[in-house]
Amino acid sequence: MKTYLHIDWTSCDGRGLCSELLPAVLDRDDWGYPVARGKVGRDRTDVPLRDADRDAAQEAVFLCPRLALSLVERAAPEAGQRTPGRTPGR
Amino acid sequence: MNQSRSGYPVNQDSIRQEPRLLAAGPDAGWARHLDTFGQWEPQAAGPGLLEVLAESGLTGRGGAAFETWRKATATAGTGRKGLFAARPVVIANGAEGEPLSFKDRTLLAHAPHLVIDGLTALAAALGQTGGRTSSQAGAGGTSMYVYAPAASLARVKQALGERPGGRKIRVVQAPETFISGESSAVVNMIENGTALPTDQRRRLSESGLNGRPTLVVNVETLAQVALIARYGAQWFRQAGTATDPGTRLVSVSGPAPTRDVVLEVPGGVQLSAVLKEAGMDPGSLSAVLVGGYHGRWVRPADHALTPAGAPGRAVRPGAGVIHALDLQTCGIQETARILNYLAGQSARQCGPCMFGLPAMASVLNRIAGGETNPRLGSELDRLGRLVSGRGACRHPEGTTGMVSSALDVFAADFRAHLSGYCTGPGGVAA
Repeated sequence: MKTYLHIDWTSCDGRGLCSELLPAVLDRDDWGYPVARGKVGRDRTDVPLRDADRDAAQEAVFLCPRLALSLVERAAPEAGQRTPGRTPGR
Repeated sequence: MNQSRSGYPVNQDSIRQEPRLLAAGPDAGWARHLDTFGQWEPQAAGPGLLEVLAESGLTGRGGAAFETWRKATATAGTGRKGLFAARPVVIANGAEGEPLSFKDRTLLAHAPHLVIDGLTALAAALGQTGGRTSSQAGAGGTSMYVYAPAASLARVKQALGERPGGRKIRVVQAPETFISGESSAVVNMIENGTALPTDQRRRLSESGLNGRPTLVVNVETLAQVALIARYGAQWFRQAGTATDPGTRLVSVSGPAPTRDVVLEVPGGVQLSAVLKEAGMDPGSLSAVLVGGYHGRWVRPADHALTPAGAPGRAVRPGAGVIHALDLQTCGIQETARILNYLAGQSARQCGPCMFGLPAMASVLNRIAGGETNPRLGSELDRLGRLVSGRGACRHPEGTTGMVSSALDVFAADFRAHLSGYCTGPGGVAA
């Protein structure tokens, strides 16, 4: 099992507390919203965490004023595995 | 060109595809549907249907091209867990917010019964796979919905009224927005009356409508399921290629005098053959938008239309949209027009999308409008990379993917614009 920091973008308001508590994991974008450092694609919504970052991530989850963060434990996906559609337009 | 009244090609040399989905002809009612496809009980497909779907290799026709059997099996699997097994939900998704797509509404207008057959067959398979008795006749307790825009609803209701058991299927109107067909938006609309994507910590297959395992399936995919359930996986594989079996519907549009037309094409077909079939000369086109507003711009030649294949040789059909651009239209202005639309279609829930897409649109509008600042190109690229992967749904990455394909295909036009002239007559003065 691997731990992911899940960002609920519909709740996130770009207050920036998480990027202060997790400077090694999160940067901020032009508008103040968190950007997962060095990650691409959906890893920027479900951010894989190193063990060293877990405690700080837990603190960010508790302190986020918008309750936009959560920790998710799940089996790491196999390489190349795709998840069913989240494609808008249809 | 030999065509039926519905504008559907009957038999053509270039593509050689006999009609399957629209074989019953225009406006097929219950009687003609049975005449064409034969008497058949959707429940008879049973739990074995999922295995047949796996053999068939059917992929979703709504855009993501995910394997249908995997998606269905995920929903069936979660329905089985726990003391009180939650009854699954299957939703036929006919929302077609894509402005260039019309194949789903064409299918619902002419072959609604095939879609409903697929819906009931899949619902029955999930109901029986979940270990529930089929005492609740038909779908084994699985709830069924058809979600479609207003224009299609009357026809769907009429079809449901014509057939036995049709009243068990509930009908919900989809609003005419780009993202109304995104799967979590579909569930949100049915549950709360709001067609906006929701944050998903858990997949819909685990917890969807009212917390029940939920399967949202494009209407064309369901019609394909109905044919596979009747005629088998091997029959399905007689069309298309080994890696892209079967047929798909495509909505083809292009410069005047091209008529908008829905074609049924085999998997792996050459894009140029589809363009010819729709009455266009690939040599007189500058570029083709394939897959829709979340798709890619490509040159008309040498691309196979298939979800899996080498980039440069293959282009993903997405939701089956093919839109051709003539040599006189400026690709950058056309892309800017589409990006403006997509920025306006943001649900305004997720910051990166709400702020990022208008920022991208603003930069592209400046390039299209003739501003010669050489930094605009890299700024557009930077903004695209900033918003991608960050949102409840994939609207940001779908949009940036389309824009990045424009930077690629219209690279010469971008350079021309940034040096102060436009190669198209509708553009900036030379």
